[in-house]
Amino acid sequence: MGYPHKPHEKETVILSEYFGDAEARSYDGWVKRGGYKALKASLEMQPAEVVEIVKSSGLRGRGGAGFPTGVKWSFMPKEKSKPHYLCCNADEAEPGTFKDREIMRWTPHALIEGCAIAQYAIQAEITYIYIRGEFTEPLRIMQAALDDAYGNGVLGDNAMGSGRRLDMYIHRGAGAYICGEETALMNSIEGQRGNPRIRPPFPAASGVFGMPTTINNVETLAAVPHIINRGPEWYKSLSLNNEKSCGTKLFSVSGHVQRPGNYEVTMGFPLGELINDLCGGMRQGRTLKACIPGGSSVPILNREETESCLLDYEGCVEMGTMLGSGGVIVFDDSADMVYQTMRLARFYAHESCAQCTQCREGTGWTVRILERILAGQGEPKDLDLLLDLADQMTGKTICVLSDSCAAVVISTIKRFRNEFEAYMAGTREPGVVAAGVG
Amino acid sequence: MEQTTEYAPVFTGDNRKRLDEVLARYPAKRAGLLAALWMVQEQHGWVSDEAMAETADVLGLTPSYIKGVVTFYTMYHQHPVGKTFVQVCTTTPCNICGAEEVVEAFLEHTGCGDLGATSPDGKFTVIEVECLGACGFATPVMMNEDVIENVTPEKVPDLVKQYS
Ligand SMILES: Cc1cc2nc3c(=O)[nH]c(=O)nc-3n(C[C@H](O)[C@H](O)[C@H](O)COP(=O)(O)O)c2cc1C
Ligand code: FES
Repeated sequence: MGYPHKPHEKETVILSEYFGDAEARSYDGWVKRGGYKALKASLEMQPAEVVEIVKSSGLRGRGGAGFPTGVKWSFMPKEKSKPHYLCCNADEAEPGTFKDREIMRWTPHALIEGCAIAQYAIQAEITYIYIRGEFTEPLRIMQAALDDAYGNGVLGDNAMGSGRRLDMYIHRGAGAYICGEETALMNSIEGQRGNPRIRPPFPAASGVFGMPTTINNVETLAAVPHIINRGPEWYKSLSLNNEKSCGTKLFSVSGHVQRPGNYEVTMGFPLGELINDLCGGMRQGRTLKACIPGGSSVPILNREETESCLLDYEGCVEMGTMLGSGGVIVFDDSADMVYQTMRLARFYAHESCAQCTQCREGTGWTVRILERILAGQGEPKDLDLLLDLADQMTGKTICVLSDSCAAVVISTIKRFRNEFEAYMAGTREPGVVAAGVG
Repeated sequence: MEQTTEYAPVFTGDNRKRLDEVLARYPAKRAGLLAALWMVQEQHGWVSDEAMAETADVLGLTPSYIKGVVTFYTMYHQHPVGKTFVQVCTTTPCNICGAEEVVEAFLEHTGCGDLGATSPDGKFTVIEVECLGACGFATPVMMNEDVIENVTPEKVPDLVKQYS
């Protein structure tokens, strides 16, 4: 069990301070721990002041793209002529990522408070928290916390005595990775198939129900109360590598380490230390082979790259990968990279919404080629075919699901070409490819 | 799928009230569709053509529109399933920690035999599922609405007994 784990001395515990502390889940428990002070303070400011504070804190989106949060909020119309909406993205389905789940399980009021502040800042009357259908426990806890927040006047027609109306509702998904993509998420809230939309128009102009909308990730929003309480300068000062990346980040570590789980560190923390110190290193008798540092959609790193990668937006780019959602997947020397590439491609093929040809056809074709290679029937030209296909799947579709599948293929062939070639040369036992459903 | 008994409507009495509460949260009726389909599945265990027709009626949509949505989202069952629906995550982070062996153990101990098939006693259906968002607790398994973490093949017989 990753939780509750005692924080490691190298962690910077801010968002995860109350993970494992069940009392923090109730309204009273949260207030006792300093909760809702930031919301109160925010409601006493002008919305634009709140946006300014978040802008100057340097907070960037934790959902994957790393877009500056305050800047995103400032795209919302200042003069209100229509309803505004905030959508909180709690669809968390990127393989390797399980941090938002933990925030909702242990500190639901941190998320409600963050949402309420953001909602006020962008002048939205309603927040929809979009929770993936499989998150039954987080959903129950969030619903209980929302009821508690309404019951205590945090939300409703006179939010914290401010005279303002703030409403917040949970929208339960029903199984679709793509609904984490922000425009698909909006379609799903509207009761449609979760197909991503073509941009422009951007959500700040025309989002859910055709109204100005901001979408933020759970972790992004949960960081906001801390920024209001302790000031943007404090947040900005939390940075170990590049000043453009600051604050703390929850890294979800999975795979072949001794102690998988969520670890909160300051931006710029070394990936090698995360794996070796915080997670206790590799399983007994095994060695590190590869690591995907930002959820399955970012390029894979080999051992040397993993050991020198710094965990922030710039540090990851320097290694040829991305920080993404902070889902760190660790592989030891027992992992079959060809099989796992196929398994990830199968994930993307299963989750493609099938609107764009390159994605619908490309993901499935990628799986079939890889299955052929695994069955010992690959030909040398198959690697070029895979790379050519990946090229055709990059930068050509409505959303980047297709690009993500391609990134997996390209980066794995680049780093572990010998494993593919071994299958082709027949020097490796053909893998037994189990058939997946769907 | 044949219906042997007459279709029991979902959106009456308390359920109708619950649905109205949900609809009040949105500026458009259609936005209540996902929640309505969850209510259908809660009552019937799956979403039948009759249920789609009823939902269409209640929300002012067409049955074909509803079918388009039902078929998009993997959690809505388009056929009856076993009393306990078992979903084992086999995506890469869990896969490298032995998730496929957990699937094998479930297929064997439930008597389902094949993925997607229902056991002869009607108690279980087992499928592989993509990332459940609990990758640090490999292997997570959903049994109906419960997520069980750190499942290993050794733990499967007990789980099967518990849910029988
Ligand atoms: C295929 C796909 C899946 C995504 N899934 C998620 C997700 O589960 N959670 C999330 O917060 N962002 C996800 N995103 C990113 C969102 O589109 C969006 O950038 C993010 O929610 C914005 O919030 P942030 O600025 O706070 O990061 C996904 C993007 C794509 C293309
Ligand atoms: S990969 Fe299994 S829960 Fe994420």
